[in-house]
Amino acid sequence: MKKEIICIRCPMGCYLNVDYAGKTIQSISGNRCKVGLEYAEKEISNPERTLTSTVQVKNGHLPLVSVRTNKPLPKGRIFDTMDLLAKVEVEAPVRIGDKIVENLFGTGVNIVATKNVVKKG
Amino acid sequence: MSDFQSRDVDLVVIGAGPAGLAAAISAKKKGVNDLILLERNNWLGGILPQCIHDGFGLEVFQEPLTGPEYAQRYIDKLKDLKIPFFLNSMVLEITSKKEVFVASPEGLFCYSAKAIILAMGCRERTRGQICIPGSRPAGVYTAGVVQNLINLKNMMVGRDVVILGSGDIGLIMARRLTLEGAKVHAVVEIMPHTNGLPRNVQQCLIDYDIPLLLSHTVTEINGLNRVESVTISPVDENLKPIKGKEKRISCDTLLLSIGLIPENDLSKAFGVELSSVTAGAIVNENLETSIPGVFACGNVLHVHDVVDFVTLEAERAGKSAADYILGTSQKMDRIRVEAGDGIRYVLPQSICTNADIELSIRVLCPGEGVSIGFFDSTKLVKTKKFVKVHPAQMIKIKLKKSEIMAVKKLKVEVLQK
Repeated sequence: MKKEIICIRCPMGCYLNVDYAGKTIQSISGNRCKVGLEYAEKEISNPERTLTSTVQVKNGHLPLVSVRTNKPLPKGRIFDTMDLLAKVEVEAPVRIGDKIVENLFGTGVNIVATKNVVKKG
Repeated sequence: MSDFQSRDVDLVVIGAGPAGLAAAISAKKKGVNDLILLERNNWLGGILPQCIHDGFGLEVFQEPLTGPEYAQRYIDKLKDLKIPFFLNSMVLEITSKKEVFVASPEGLFCYSAKAIILAMGCRERTRGQICIPGSRPAGVYTAGVVQNLINLKNMMVGRDVVILGSGDIGLIMARRLTLEGAKVHAVVEIMPHTNGLPRNVQQCLIDYDIPLLLSHTVTEINGLNRVESVTISPVDENLKPIKGKEKRISCDTLLLSIGLIPENDLSKAFGVELSSVTAGAIVNENLETSIPGVFACGNVLHVHDVVDFVTLEAERAGKSAADYILGTSQKMDRIRVEAGDGIRYVLPQSICTNADIELSIRVLCPGEGVSIGFFDSTKLVKTKKFVKVHPAQMIKIKLKKSEIMAVKKLKVEVLQK
């Protein structure tokens, strides 16, 4: 099967032409670097995305702290993760890199803070 | 303006977004010790703290960062270098003598500067600027405002959304609203191609099955108190709505992602020459404007698609300002750089020919297997081939001194196949 996919690993956004059968890739073209090859393989076998969102902060100078997955999450887990994050609340202060949720659904992926939020007042 | 306390300073940087931060840091590192950074908001980093998605920093740090993380790296550097910055400080006026009038919580100041770096960024185009007919209900927002409300203030704006314009912020917000539980019924784009990066079409629209309606526009906003629906219509090749083909989409919210405008009110008022195409200053290879010692960088100069390029440009502006202040810049002859067929703009608009140069270029239309030619008047001096080009993606091209030293007038053009 032939498929055109857009590599999302960097703003170059290479259009990759992937020829595959089931989950086996026969050829990839259009990539400008090896990251594209890696991305196409993943996209055919087990698509993953980095998820970014926010969680509520108690007593912070901001009501929310932005967060991200520390590595890409299987695509099928994105909405489960959003549901989970809606219920999470952390206490200020929060520092960039602080673990907010560990080992999401047993995937080994963590949610970490991407912003410093100091204590209010 | 006698109520203003006078101060002398070598360099004033206006705006503490990614451009202002990088410009101040770079100037300081090049030996400018007497500098200040002015910011009208009460935070550093400009728009970055609300850009919580990732993909920043691939060029500069070789890793994907979110906006707040990217900003923090420069905020930390600024503080390490002890560069003085003033928040809640609004520049009221700049004069051609390089006096900068500022209102700040500490009082009113007039800084007489040797050099100024303009880094005020850009603002969003609004409904008024594209004159969408209809009533004026609540629920019409620009995409950046919604990004601010959702990501910083924990406020959701609506449940059923239509987005007009496929710029990157619109695409990013289509995904963000979907993740937060809204239904995005369509992204409507008047052009036959998207205005956002291809990667954002993939990860923000295709991933979530959000329809992208190209060559369509919103022709009416309906609803009395709150948006109840929008009327959309396909457009012809002149971008005019085709009568009789209108369709209504029920929704409670319309997001506008219809372009950004460099915020040059201050620059215009003191005589900085602006380009009608970029709406930013006309600059030479040092990013110096028509007023000697006044430099511009980032989105106030031209709207960028990638923050890393803002940073790199701002670092050049910082270095140029340092050379100007320390007297190490050389006077030189310059040639004009012109945008020819198929090219929207080329920056800088004038260059010296005795050093390597980097040009920022935007094409007019998307294309495949496109070659861009560099002409000395009519003589072709260099060509560069691209697998794909897109108006949303700025092209950076380096020209070697040896390629341009004999050129009298440089013209950049998309070559006919």
